[in-house]
Amino acid sequence: MAHILQTSFLPFTSSLRRTPVSGPKGKPQALQVKAKIREIFMPALSSTMTEGKIVSWTKSEGEKLSKGESVVVVESDKADMDVESFHDGFLAAIMVEEGGVAPVGSAIALLAETEDEIAEAKAKSQSSSSSSAQVLEEKPQEKEEVAPAVPAAAPVAPAVWSPKAVAVGSAVHPASEGGKRIVASPYAKKLAKELKVDLVALVGTGPMGRIVAKDVEAAAAAGVVAASESAPLPASPEKAAPVAPEIELGTVVPFTTMQGAVSRNMVESLSVPTFRVGYTITTNALDALYKKIKSKGVTMTALLAKATALALVQHPVVNSCCRDGNSFTFNSSINIAVAVAIDGGLITPVLQDADKVDIYTLSRKWKELVDKARAKQLQPHEYNTGTFTLSNLGMFGVDRFDAILPPGTGAIMAVGASLPTVVASKDGRIGMQNQMQVNVTADHRVIYGADLASFLQTLAKIIEDPKDLTF
Amino acid sequence: MHSALSSLSFSQATTVPRSNYAFDSHSPAFALSQPVNLRFCGLRREAFGFSSLTQSCSGRVRVSSRGHSKKISASAVGNGTPPKSFDYDLIIIGAGVGGHGAALHAVEKGLKTAIIEGDVVGGTCVNRGCVPSKALLAVSGRMRELQSEHHMKAFGLQVSAAGYDRQGVADHANNLASKIRSNLTNSMKALGVDILTGVGTIVGPQKVKYGKVGFPDNIVTAKDIIIATGSVPFVPKGIEVDGKTVITSDHALKLEFVPDWIAIVGSGYIGLEFSDVYTALGSEVTFIEALDQLMPGFDPEIGKLAQRVLINPRKIDYHTGVFATKITPARDGKPVIIELTDAKTKEPKDTLEVDAALIATGRAPFTNGLGLENINVVTQRGFVPVDERMRVIDANGKLVTHLYCIGDANGKMMLAHAASAQGISVVEQVTGRDHMLNHLSIPAACFTHPEISMVGMTEPQAREKAEKEGFEVSVAKTSFKANTKALAENEGEGLAKLIYRPDNGEILGVHIFGLHAADLIHEASNAIALGTRIQDIKFAVHAHPTLSEVLDELFKSAKSTQQPSYQKKHLGGICSFADDSHT
Repeated sequence: MAHILQTSFLPFTSSLRRTPVSGPKGKPQALQVKAKIREIFMPALSSTMTEGKIVSWTKSEGEKLSKGESVVVVESDKADMDVESFHDGFLAAIMVEEGGVAPVGSAIALLAETEDEIAEAKAKSQSSSSSSAQVLEEKPQEKEEVAPAVPAAAPVAPAVWSPKAVAVGSAVHPASEGGKRIVASPYAKKLAKELKVDLVALVGTGPMGRIVAKDVEAAAAAGVVAASESAPLPASPEKAAPVAPEIELGTVVPFTTMQGAVSRNMVESLSVPTFRVGYTITTNALDALYKKIKSKGVTMTALLAKATALALVQHPVVNSCCRDGNSFTFNSSINIAVAVAIDGGLITPVLQDADKVDIYTLSRKWKELVDKARAKQLQPHEYNTGTFTLSNLGMFGVDRFDAILPPGTGAIMAVGASLPTVVASKDGRIGMQNQMQVNVTADHRVIYGADLASFLQTLAKIIEDPKDLTF
Repeated sequence: MHSALSSLSFSQATTVPRSNYAFDSHSPAFALSQPVNLRFCGLRREAFGFSSLTQSCSGRVRVSSRGHSKKISASAVGNGTPPKSFDYDLIIIGAGVGGHGAALHAVEKGLKTAIIEGDVVGGTCVNRGCVPSKALLAVSGRMRELQSEHHMKAFGLQVSAAGYDRQGVADHANNLASKIRSNLTNSMKALGVDILTGVGTIVGPQKVKYGKVGFPDNIVTAKDIIIATGSVPFVPKGIEVDGKTVITSDHALKLEFVPDWIAIVGSGYIGLEFSDVYTALGSEVTFIEALDQLMPGFDPEIGKLAQRVLINPRKIDYHTGVFATKITPARDGKPVIIELTDAKTKEPKDTLEVDAALIATGRAPFTNGLGLENINVVTQRGFVPVDERMRVIDANGKLVTHLYCIGDANGKMMLAHAASAQGISVVEQVTGRDHMLNHLSIPAACFTHPEISMVGMTEPQAREKAEKEGFEVSVAKTSFKANTKALAENEGEGLAKLIYRPDNGEILGVHIFGLHAADLIHEASNAIALGTRIQDIKFAVHAHPTLSEVLDELFKSAKSTQQPSYQKKHLGGICSFADDSHT
């Protein structure tokens, strides 16, 4: 980033550098004003130093400085050194942020002589860096396309997003005096500052509703995507299409936050004793129904979710889960989570009350959830409230597979492709039918073999005679 | 004897590796300074070593036999002159590190010695302080390294997610404390120090009562008495310690739980070390500091760098310039609630809700029930008033004969090794050699990752003194970034700072922040203790590549106007005159 910065700052540097040297006295008025804004340069701290890294600014913008006072800590090839100001004045604008690198002799900040000139200096630093600002804005977007799941790996350019995109409900910390105070953990606060997330707009999911690091990361991830989407991207359509991500072979790439969460959940799932039951379902009737109502925006996923939900109504135990190892938790609503692959990860948007909502609404809801998921704007309740999960790989032609049970739920169903199959009927004839294999993984602490078997039988009946789905 | 020799040569080998030549030239000097050296070495080995019991005591067994023979002759002489009516030559109240150090030295000097302990041998340091905390910090250091992907990657190492077992970590700390405690107990028993169990109370001059609750008291007399009762964690009023969610270091060292979010009240040594432990184990930390800056008491420059490395990049935030005026433990489903009050305006400032709070606001002397009123001594804020030779001063400002106080109880310098050094100094005095300890030569260390260590004055203190006394002060600095060994370890973050007088080369203070700083400081503290000047220490040779070269470079970069003493010797009288002039 600083690499980009320095090139654009240099012309400005040279134009201004001349003026302070000439001194204010005996100079035309116009120049005199300029002369009061000085630059702070990256000093040469050793004979071998060619560039320096800004470790930290000891003063912040607008703060008063006196001659000899330390302004910035610079890391050279040998040591960290405090850099002092050679003049009195106000630190008007910081041009190279903490962590940035600048070559020796380039300007890293502007120093205004009086308080009034701070704004002027700021404007200058901005106008001078406007060309670089463009570069800056493009950079994170490029990054976004390559690996959108990385929650703001780089401090993104002042991404402005509306707080309503992040604010959900009014759940507040019970002891935060009705939301007057923000209760956020130290790391959450640090991250919020780094990722430029406004804590006021966040709802904490930590102990007693406090905001913890993952809340900030989630907000930042959602916000970044929102920002990049809202920004006009003329050349993006073909670029944004899911191209195979560039992977550098022979490297070790750390997990993104989402991948880390998946990893943790997968390992956690090993503590649950699961078993699997499979079933083959004829889908001719379902396919016919789908053909008929497809034009009304109904999707196959919604149909499957609806069918599953209706079967679950009759088998509440399959919709239950085991939280503590000692009891059944019978869920009050049937929320069907459907696994969706997104770049660099996996998320499970939830169709809430799938048994009650009609198929058309359910389809619309599904479309909305998928769009949100792709934009990483899903709110926690939209992806972590599932009671039963569907995972469908049929679109790839997969005929059968086996799913891992997500912790905290009772069962997951792996759905294969519906394929034309030659079948022998009971009356001795041979015919062609579309058949689909499903395979349910369940927690045997609460769901037993017979439960699953009868659930699958019910499901098969519903799918093979799908008239109930459209009610 | 044989094992004593082998342990000697072992230590020799570690200090001067692969150099037979150095071994030969050094061993006579080593032998000469043996008694004193062994004392310090012995303590350190007790406190930090893992060597087997027999080995660590072997040196002492030999000393003790020598001690006994001396004692017999001494008492024979004693019988001749004033009637010997004392049970002991020396009684020490409190068997912490200070009392232990004094007892060992007393035996070596031939004194018949008893030590009274009302709790467990080892005191705070061994049971509830330095020792178990080092065990926790050893764990946190490794966790930190394993968790730092960046660090591991730079080495070309791949480590899958590091985890820990809390009970395992807690057991390590507890096992270390009990091991050191038994080493300490055995070393005193082996030397013939009587360990008297019970709470010691002074009943009159040279007379002490001790006994367990519910048992008849015993009265013993001694020619000299040393008070070494130490200290307990200081808890400001308004703070309710429940030992579970609001805790002191005593509880924290047991590591009964690792909270998600812990507030640490006080950012001194104790607070900093615990922040290192807790953040490495996954907690987030909030510091509450009454002064305007974190880490008061450290040299400001070191403090600033330390904050940049130990605080800013970690999951730590802080409130400075505030008092925690009220802390309520977690109960009824509510978190720990901390009320913050502005230190200057005394206005309520903020309220924090956290999972736990650690009170690390310093330590208070443990001097209640000592019976000081029986000898007309009044404590000052609990501390026993003493003069520069640790002699106790009574309410009228007069010295109480034959009574001394060392360690945390006198508050001069609340460090285990300072207490021990004070104890040794007192023993020197009671055996007829005047001795005054130079507290400015006592090093201190904070075992964070990386470590912080210091000896002597901070820069502001030195400048203040210089202004008053009219001398010049110079500062030299070196970075760990230029040190080969530090770079090999990928630990280039660090700074060593020397504060000295350019006119005579006197070392006023040395401060180190960086890898193994706590071990590096002793070259500087020894130089201060022995009065070695910059112009001379510059010529000392350091093995390459070692971290000690950071100090080598530091001394070499300092500029003294004095010539090194080896040159003065050649020049004869003129320079010995110059040598006198700069005092």
